[in-house]
Amino acid sequence: MWQKIYQWLDERLGLQDLYKSFLDRPEPKGNWWNTLGSASLFLFLLQGATGIFLTIYYTPSPDHAYDSITYIMNDVAFGWLIRGIHHWGATLMVLVVFIHMLRVFVTASYKYPRELTWIIGVGLLLLTLGMGFTGYLLPWNQRSYWATMVGTQIAGTAPLIGEFIKRTLRAGSDLSALTLQRFFSGHIWWLPLLLMLLIGVHIYLVVRHGESQFPGKDD
Amino acid sequence: MTDSKHLSRRDFLKFTTGAIGGAITISVALPTIGYLLDPALRKQGGEGWITIGKLDEIPIGTPYPFSFTRTKVNGWERTSSTYGGFVLRRSEDPNDLFILSSRCTHLSCRVNWNEEAQAYICPCHDAKFSKEGEVLDGPPPRPLDRYDEFEIDEEGNLRIFFREG
Repeated sequence: MWQKIYQWLDERLGLQDLYKSFLDRPEPKGNWWNTLGSASLFLFLLQGATGIFLTIYYTPSPDHAYDSITYIMNDVAFGWLIRGIHHWGATLMVLVVFIHMLRVFVTASYKYPRELTWIIGVGLLLLTLGMGFTGYLLPWNQRSYWATMVGTQIAGTAPLIGEFIKRTLRAGSDLSALTLQRFFSGHIWWLPLLLMLLIGVHIYLVVRHGESQFPGKDD
Repeated sequence: MTDSKHLSRRDFLKFTTGAIGGAITISVALPTIGYLLDPALRKQGGEGWITIGKLDEIPIGTPYPFSFTRTKVNGWERTSSTYGGFVLRRSEDPNDLFILSSRCTHLSCRVNWNEEAQAYICPCHDAKFSKEGEVLDGPPPRPLDRYDEFEIDEEGNLRIFFREG
């Protein structure tokens, strides 16, 4: 019976074709370095899932942010696990995305016709760093407060528009409830939505062009 | 896996990947259920013994008002609520007590003892309750709640057991 249901769906959705083009597509002889893109995608999904779970308890307000995270860590069943995965997954994601970029650079995979894949990839790296930067403030402890103070201060050193960028990031001259709120909004809405959009295009391009052959002796 | 009895390399990898991936998924997915349900399954406590005062100082025949505060913890937030009531000693017998909650059974306003009317009167909708909590007049659906569990400790203090709800 499942066979029949599957066939009915396949006939209409083209599941078999999807499977072939996404997961069973022809590959050049590769190695483990070729799996870093998939690893980044997996980490993104993991961060998304654990992040959604964290919003069940987290409160983005100076009065409650720290207490709500203490509550997640000490009182909620497996709260330490969910936040632990989110915390370490964030660090790992920056690392994996960065090594992914290095791999593409070393194997010269960014060349024609994959320039756009590279450019979008740069955007993905920056967005990932943005996720790290905005997420770091959310616990609202001394470390995150001062890290964001320094980070926004650095943005302020840019010539001409620096002061404007700093004020925009902080929503004023000081780090305040407004800063926390917009970092939270950026962390759970704006940046993830942009990431998802660009990941979609990135993967489409990878599927469209296939993966590049590693350069040999003659190249 | 055609006709051969041996598992092909491809099938073996497929199977182990699926099994390990499944095990990891389950070991992360199951805790998330606990994570979501945790506050709902938690006992919030709130109940306990509350000392009202020396029994000797409570007059016989007239309702004696008392009040106390309980703090409840919800997540990282503490809420304090004040409760009140009346002790009525009906005779010298230390166990002949009638302890009423002052919360009106209509809409939870605080009732007051009115000496002239010899009744508890609710300021909200003019409900009247008798000395022993029976509804005399007004909209309340049932008599005033009673604290049935009480004790006199060694020092002669009257204590009641407070339960939520």
